[in-house]
Amino acid sequence: MTTPDVDDDVQGEKPVADRRLHPVTPLRRAWAPVAVIAGWAVHDPDQTQRQLTRLTMTTLLIAVAVFIPAAALYGFLTWWFTHFAVTDTELRIRTGLLFRRTAHIRLDRIQAVDVTQPLLARVAGVSKLKLDVIGADKKDELAYLGQEEARVLRAELLARAAGFAPETAHEVGEAPVRQLLHVPARVLAVSLVLTGATWGSLAATLVVPPLLWLATHSVWTVLATGLPLLGAAGASSVGRFVGEYDWTVGESPDGFRIDHGLLDRTHETVPPGRVQTVRIVQPLLWRRRGWVRVELDVAGSSNSVLVPVAPREVAESVIARVLPGVTVPATLSRPPRRAGWCVPFWWRGYGLAVTDTVFVSRHGLLRRSLSLVPHAKVQSVRMEQGPWARFKRVADVHVDTGANKTVTARLRDASEAVDLLHGQADRSRTGRREALPDRWMA
Amino acid sequence: MGTTGNTESEPAWTGLPRGLLRMRRLLLVVWLVPLTLATGLPLGLLVGPGWAAFALLPLALLLWGWPMLGRNWRSWRYAERADDLLISRGVLWREETIVPYGRMQLVEVTSGPVERHFGLASVQLHTAAAATDARIPGLVPAEAERLRDRLTELGEARSAGL
Repeated sequence: MTTPDVDDDVQGEKPVADRRLHPVTPLRRAWAPVAVIAGWAVHDPDQTQRQLTRLTMTTLLIAVAVFIPAAALYGFLTWWFTHFAVTDTELRIRTGLLFRRTAHIRLDRIQAVDVTQPLLARVAGVSKLKLDVIGADKKDELAYLGQEEARVLRAELLARAAGFAPETAHEVGEAPVRQLLHVPARVLAVSLVLTGATWGSLAATLVVPPLLWLATHSVWTVLATGLPLLGAAGASSVGRFVGEYDWTVGESPDGFRIDHGLLDRTHETVPPGRVQTVRIVQPLLWRRRGWVRVELDVAGSSNSVLVPVAPREVAESVIARVLPGVTVPATLSRPPRRAGWCVPFWWRGYGLAVTDTVFVSRHGLLRRSLSLVPHAKVQSVRMEQGPWARFKRVADVHVDTGANKTVTARLRDASEAVDLLHGQADRSRTGRREALPDRWMA
Repeated sequence: MGTTGNTESEPAWTGLPRGLLRMRRLLLVVWLVPLTLATGLPLGLLVGPGWAAFALLPLALLLWGWPMLGRNWRSWRYAERADDLLISRGVLWREETIVPYGRMQLVEVTSGPVERHFGLASVQLHTAAAATDARIPGLVPAEAERLRDRLTELGEARSAGL
């Protein structure tokens, strides 16, 4: 490890400039003590009331006079002690006032880059930047950065992760984006109206509180159950509409971009070859219109939606861009008829297809869900067979992916399952050899 | 012991050492014989001999468990192939796992106090998927360490990203 190359790297790392977050940040941090007090008050209301009645005006004023500067100081200090730096191979984040914490995030391990802007941050003109790597913490996000700074930093991080030389990395700039898909607001609204979950939560909100009122005649019980139900109904309808509004999927040499949100804007970039699984989900009521929802799994990323709603052909063309060389198979083979003895009725929903690039498995009878796993992303293959399944000569084959998801081909004929198990291990091995390198521009 | 006898059709399976079976049977006896006595004696002496029949329950469990442990022990086997590790186990609930060497993130050798007393150690493989359940229990420590070193070596040679 003493090649001149490495030595140069080490010397090159020395003058790396430590940078600070945007000066607005302390305002966000100042909320932490307030939140602690509020949490205590909610947790133990009686105690709080008693304490409050004992307070006089002067003690209150003194408390405020002490408390606000203390909170401000806390915010300022945490901001002051948070630094980040971009080196040739890593993003380093140092935080902590009393307990120091240093995170070194390797750029070639980036699974996705998120730039998010909550509503207030949009007003202030700042954004959060988060690198998704496996095992990354909520704490490893850079909040907040100036809007423009975040864009430049994202471009630079992606350029370095792609394998551009460090000297040129910050001159590469933003890669051009070609729009693949935009979801119109009307289609999104109709799709939510046609979703069962929306109606289910709405019906629960309308039915449960009156029933409770009849049963108990207690306002508190009704409020305590009604408000969460109302919240759930709002989140599943209005909340989803607001979150998925103006959904745009674009393609760039850095990977594909997902931008969405009405109030809180989110911009996600997933570099090429990071997608572990793609799922095409079709709720029952969308079937007549031929709409589907596309979900994806990226290791370490919290976002799981690629396309909230789109006609099937459009969705499949997006999938063909996301997983290059993959076509969604039109027909899947069903389990043998005797599988009906293991899972009555629903066995018809299961299906399997293996192409030379992906392992495809379908489940669900009413709400169909089709999962695609590229062979190169398979971490391990398992076959399971219980006593009853053995009696009926069927077995399940599980394929584990790096995003901690398992795709299962259920109730296959036993001998087919054994072939599938060994065949899948072989396909995954050869698939890996042909996979893209981590540094996709190198 | 053949390490990579890799014929296409049937890999060279390796079973587990007998020590694991001995340990499990001993644990079974150690738990269930006192339980049988503790149920049978007080009930028989204090309440009546008829009630002592309850002691037959743990006894039956013991007699049933003895051959079951043997069956389960015989069902465990593993094979090191050129590119992946095979683990097969279970009698009623059968499970077969294939983990490619290139996917291994870390290999762990563990040994609890009881296992250590019997001179046994387990090897556990971790991939990026938490669902990967690749564990080989009850190996002789020397074999466990050999397996660990070999897996690590092969894993490095065939390493692939996510």
